[in-house]
Amino acid sequence: MFNRDRWKEILEVLTTNWFRTILTAFGVFWGILILIILLAAGKGLENGIKADFGNTATNTMFVWSRNTTKPYKGFPVGRNYEFNLEDVASLKQNFPKLLYVSPRNQLGGFRGVNNVVRGLNTGAYNVYGDYPDIIKQEPLIITRGRFINHSDIAEKRKIAVIGEGVRTGLYDPDEEVMGTYIKIQGVNFMVVGTYKKAANDGDGEEGQSQIFIPFSAFGQAFNTGNDVGFMAITAEDGSSITNMKEGIINQIKENRSIHPEDTRAVGNFDIYERYQRVESLFGAMKLIAYFVGILVLLSGIIGVSNIMLIVVKERTKEIGIRRALGEDPWSIRIQVLMESIFLTMISGMAGICIGALFIYGVNALLDANGPVDMFLNPSVSLSVVTIALVILIVSGLLAGFIPAQSAIKARPIDALRAE
Amino acid sequence: MIEIKDLHKSYKMGSNSLHVLKGINFSVEEGELVAIMGSSGSGKSTLLNILGMLDVANSGEYNLDGVPIKNLNETKAAKYRNKFLGFVFQSFNLINYKSALENVALPLYYQRIPRKERLERALKYLEQVGLKEWATHLPSELSGGQKQRVAIARAMASEPKVLLADEPTGALDSVTSYEVMDLIQKINDQGNTILVVTHEDDIAHMCKRIVHLKDGVIVEDKKVKQVRASEYV
Repeated sequence: MFNRDRWKEILEVLTTNWFRTILTAFGVFWGILILIILLAAGKGLENGIKADFGNTATNTMFVWSRNTTKPYKGFPVGRNYEFNLEDVASLKQNFPKLLYVSPRNQLGGFRGVNNVVRGLNTGAYNVYGDYPDIIKQEPLIITRGRFINHSDIAEKRKIAVIGEGVRTGLYDPDEEVMGTYIKIQGVNFMVVGTYKKAANDGDGEEGQSQIFIPFSAFGQAFNTGNDVGFMAITAEDGSSITNMKEGIINQIKENRSIHPEDTRAVGNFDIYERYQRVESLFGAMKLIAYFVGILVLLSGIIGVSNIMLIVVKERTKEIGIRRALGEDPWSIRIQVLMESIFLTMISGMAGICIGALFIYGVNALLDANGPVDMFLNPSVSLSVVTIALVILIVSGLLAGFIPAQSAIKARPIDALRAE
Repeated sequence: MIEIKDLHKSYKMGSNSLHVLKGINFSVEEGELVAIMGSSGSGKSTLLNILGMLDVANSGEYNLDGVPIKNLNETKAAKYRNKFLGFVFQSFNLINYKSALENVALPLYYQRIPRKERLERALKYLEQVGLKEWATHLPSELSGGQKQRVAIARAMASEPKVLLADEPTGALDSVTSYEVMDLIQKINDQGNTILVVTHEDDIAHMCKRIVHLKDGVIVEDKKVKQVRASEYV
């Protein structure tokens, strides 16, 4: 491998016809460049979409109550029931793998009436009664003050954390927000913090215009007591919420005396399942990128193989001489293989470099012109580069294999006679 | 040194087969300088190719320095060629992108001798053929006679048991031919065994023994009084 004469010869052979070598190299260069760019573009799309998820705990499901559709234990069909805090406690107790179980209540909502008043300003906002854990499931960036804490819950403090959207709706731009009061359905709450939402899942405007108040204060102020409107349930990293879904719902059904086969009574939505689907989409995209890239690379490799055959043909006589002088056929084979691998490696690495440069340029452009929807930081990881290099070595071997075989196929006597 | 018994060789040409060697019996002692003569088509080059393990006989025995040469695969043949034989060709067959020195060092490279030692030894042989100052020149910068001398140095570099020369003077004018034959005689004087294929009478008479081939059989095998090439130079 690290044989000075061998390398000298490789360079001599490849540099005798520069134009031909560069043309051949271009095929491989182009293939690997396209592979890199495709993978980077896929990664950019993936990054963009994942950024929309923000840091949302993706191993999360939501459950809410609906009307029952089967009579059970003396209860009629169509019963309107509510979850309450006992359900939260029983879930936490029976499913130790659950990380957070956050009970939530909601006021307002889609096309809600104006429910929040501050001085002369009014607005319609979603108001949530929440526990502190919710900020870990649906991350918020606190821009001022603080979020709800456990003493707020225990003491039923009437405080509120408002979105930046609420702030622009109810306050003058340079007005002090902290410590002021807003009136939610006639009840005064003190603003102790403002937030900006990290995730952007399609309704960014609405996400920025929410108000969070302590769950207990919500129950007292709006007469919901211990009732729970819906729950956000997050499982630990190792265990998938999708797999636990059935058990959780059955537990709720048991608690609330719902028929075990009533499939409609507990509404649920599984972010993890959706996330998995997006993940598998990216998997498929990556597969397509590799497929297309490798096919393009293949045509480059056939080019290399072709040229190596010609090189071997041109050197038939030389190979004959060398064999007459006693060169081992294996040594000739290795020589041809190394030439081919060297050529593919060099041109492939050039492709990787130019590809990286291209990605760098795109990133610089993106940075300069601000973020683009669903596209962020296209990049290839080191592992992709390693994979590309392995592909190159293997393809160099493949490209050199037939020419190497043909180099030693001719007997030295015939090779010597060749002109 | 060389012993051949009942050697046959035929080539298939389509449906016909061409019987080139029809039972050759022949032996060479160490230190001999043998000329193999014959008109074209007599089988002399085929015989040399078989002796040089570049070609295989259909039947017959071949012993080289007591080693039976048979059932050779390419790897083994390459090893034997490298160890036992030195080749000199009519068309020199130097590798044209390597310098004279590197050409001479080539057989040593195949013996995996380290580069430094290899080049030292190659230079010694180049000096013997009088081309030390030309060591770094490419074959294209040398004259025909010089090229053949480089080729002879290359053949001698691996210290072979037998030197096989196929029309070594075929591409040279007579003055240069004599210079080359002078060199071959000097190498023979040092005790090396040499076989020369030629169809030129004067070249043949500079050897010590002449073997005449005609239509695939040996018709004449005689010792001659050697004419020293140096007389003509």
